[in-house]
Amino acid sequence: MIKTDILIIGAGPVGLFTVFEAGLLKLKCHLIDALPQPGGQCAEIYPKKPIYDIPAYPEVLAGDLITNLEKQIEPFLPGYTLGERADTIEKQEDGSFNVTTNQGTIHNAPVVMIAGGLGSFEPRKPPIPNLPDYEGKGVEYIIKDPEIYRDKKVVISGGGDSALDWSIFLSNVASEVTLVHRRNEFRGALDSVEKVRELSLLGKINLITDAEVKEVHGEDKLSSVLIKHKEKGDIIKETDHLIPLFGLLPKLGPIANWGLEIEKNAIVVNNALDYSTNIPGIYAIGDVNTYPGKLKLILCGFHEATIAVQYAFNKINPNKRYVMKYTTVGGVEGFDGTKKEAKKAAVVSI
Amino acid sequence: MSDIIVKVKDRDGKLHNLVAPTDMNMNVMELCKAYELPVEGTCGGMAMCASCQCYVLSEHDLPEMQDAEEEMLDQAFYVESNSRLGCQLNLTDKMDGLELELAPESE
Repeated sequence: MIKTDILIIGAGPVGLFTVFEAGLLKLKCHLIDALPQPGGQCAEIYPKKPIYDIPAYPEVLAGDLITNLEKQIEPFLPGYTLGERADTIEKQEDGSFNVTTNQGTIHNAPVVMIAGGLGSFEPRKPPIPNLPDYEGKGVEYIIKDPEIYRDKKVVISGGGDSALDWSIFLSNVASEVTLVHRRNEFRGALDSVEKVRELSLLGKINLITDAEVKEVHGEDKLSSVLIKHKEKGDIIKETDHLIPLFGLLPKLGPIANWGLEIEKNAIVVNNALDYSTNIPGIYAIGDVNTYPGKLKLILCGFHEATIAVQYAFNKINPNKRYVMKYTTVGGVEGFDGTKKEAKKAAVVSI
Repeated sequence: MSDIIVKVKDRDGKLHNLVAPTDMNMNVMELCKAYELPVEGTCGGMAMCASCQCYVLSEHDLPEMQDAEEEMLDQAFYVESNSRLGCQLNLTDKMDGLELELAPESE
């Protein structure tokens, strides 16, 4: 079991900055994130896009902001559980919480800080009736083990890079690969588009464009799909697997079932005081929370994290008196033994 | 510079006449949010989520689609030939009377 002082759900900019503010109060943090790297949306969706409203940065690339935050929190030795989604929370007898991920990793902390942004990124599911009934029975949105497609018939739908790349890859594994795309143009990398065209001419990929998968059929598992072609009409295609690849979409996910008060897909917090949720010991900061006047801005999340951490300190150390200290005065003392502090002015008499 | 009217049909078929300022660098997605219409605008306007997809019902001369919008609509659902992303439609005087319908929400 991983034990820490503050367990942070979400390793986006706000979650990362929480580590810094907590570190100043000598509190240790551990972060859980469903993505395989820290940075949340900034790293996953728009690392190369500029942000102009981070105070004192006239312009900073989202990816660079994350790199800088990681550097800033380094002295506080944060722990990471990456590529795992926080699934369940259980209150313990001592008042602490156990948070378990989808892969079974258990974390324990007296305070949980949810900085989950828009939620965890989940595959975007096409609006096909009964599609969820076939999940795990031939319908997969993520390819985990390509070997399960060996010598099977596979239909891939989508027109982006992942649809192209997996079609190419599986053309050497599956017995038959059909790629279905709504348009006759592909937006993926030129190399991949060319390769798919080539494999289609060789008969290794069955390319169906101007078409969409509209229905799924099968008894216990998927056995065929109905493809609607703009001109040719309906095509029934026998298949063992359907892999819809339409990118990712953020979802609040399992957190929605933790007993927290939710409004419009966000967690209601007490913004007049400490960003606490309706469950004592659980706080929500950044884009994941809501309150009157809420603005989903990174800079607001930084503020919320700073305030929430002060109250988390009081909760963890009820008998310890503490007042906030300026870093210019107190410096930054890392858990790794490093210390940053302002140079003392020397008084020299002539 | 004056306000314009944008007519938006929501997902229940109800028509909303939105008074839209053209001097605030706003787009259709933001306008809908300002009037609390059910438009998520999840990605904040980067043409990366398609939650602001709408159908253009009138014959207005709209800004040409850029790569990012085309790419996103390529991945989105319920796309029709008159689909646009609200976040890519910056409000201008030329859009006075523009008629739109919100596309269904996708999962």
